[in-house]
Amino acid sequence: MRLLTHNMLKCHVKNCTDPDKQYPLRFKDVQIEQIEYEPNEEFLVRMLPRIDWSALVKTAKDLNIGIPGSMPEDPASDQDFLQKLHTIIMETHITEGSMVCDGCSHEYKITKGIANMLLAEHEI
Amino acid sequence: MKLKQLEGYLGDVAAFKDPKVQLEQYPTTAHLASRILYTAESSYGDIDGKAVVDLGCGCGMLSVAAAIMGASSVVGIDIDADALETALDNLEELEISDTVDLIQASLCVRAPDTGELSLNNDFVAKMRGKFDTAILNPPFGTKPGNKGIDVLFLQAACAMADSAVYSLHKSSTRDYLVKRARAWGFDCQVLAELKFDVPMMYKFHKKKSVDIDVDLLRLSRQTRAPSA
Repeated sequence: MRLLTHNMLKCHVKNCTDPDKQYPLRFKDVQIEQIEYEPNEEFLVRMLPRIDWSALVKTAKDLNIGIPGSMPEDPASDQDFLQKLHTIIMETHITEGSMVCDGCSHEYKITKGIANMLLAEHEI
Repeated sequence: MKLKQLEGYLGDVAAFKDPKVQLEQYPTTAHLASRILYTAESSYGDIDGKAVVDLGCGCGMLSVAAAIMGASSVVGIDIDADALETALDNLEELEISDTVDLIQASLCVRAPDTGELSLNNDFVAKMRGKFDTAILNPPFGTKPGNKGIDVLFLQAACAMADSAVYSLHKSSTRDYLVKRARAWGFDCQVLAELKFDVPMMYKFHKKKSVDIDVDLLRLSRQTRAPSA
């Protein structure tokens, strides 16, 4: 699962509602794979407003991945920034491990890159 | 990429090993998937370089087709681990694992007292508007307790997709869906009228196959209405 997708996942356990704790989900014991991927600038620029930047920064720092602390003024014309962004959101894949909710401690497992977001009966 | 080429590649996509009745698991044919994705890209430019979500992806037929037609990123969501295993094999076989992400999740939740289905809003919350295009061949809700699941899947698609949704629904629900689409901020067009020939896959089917009239719908966003 690439980091772009992780940026869209939050905890949805019943009564787990603190937005600061349930998102982003914190990676635990993960295996990371960098897979080279052809960048598409138009795609990246279109995705910019859809990315929760502070969550991405938090996640990247957790994984010891270098990331600019804030978006440049005109990101669409900043080639260097777009290339870095591409590497982080499109080429960084989490293949194994889990994602933990800091609000309720629920652990969502990742196996062969597939995130399991299913909950037990009592958590729905 | 020509239509026949695409259909050829999709011939390599494996179907469900052991389809589950309750989940209405019927494979989307290479014939149908190729036509949907080919049209989506060649007539509407909805796939190449786009972020695509496949709701109820099953073994990944539509996701694979989207990746081949040039989607930059595809996310396939399904509730069933077995289907996703097969989908993963398909992605690896066709060498598109770097384009498609798979998530195991339930788009719907069932009320414990009434048993009624509703959209899993808490799960969908952070996915709203994050994709350009949604593609889906949703369960039709023919199994007990699943009534309305097709509408919920379409609603989820409209929430997640910024521009367009391609989906398959029983023709008998057409008028109702056009109204719902409008409420969700989408225009709704019937791209094709099909007959689904569901072969005797399950033991309880009495006839050799069942013919259902099905619409291929294209929904296109008109307003950023938050109501979806």
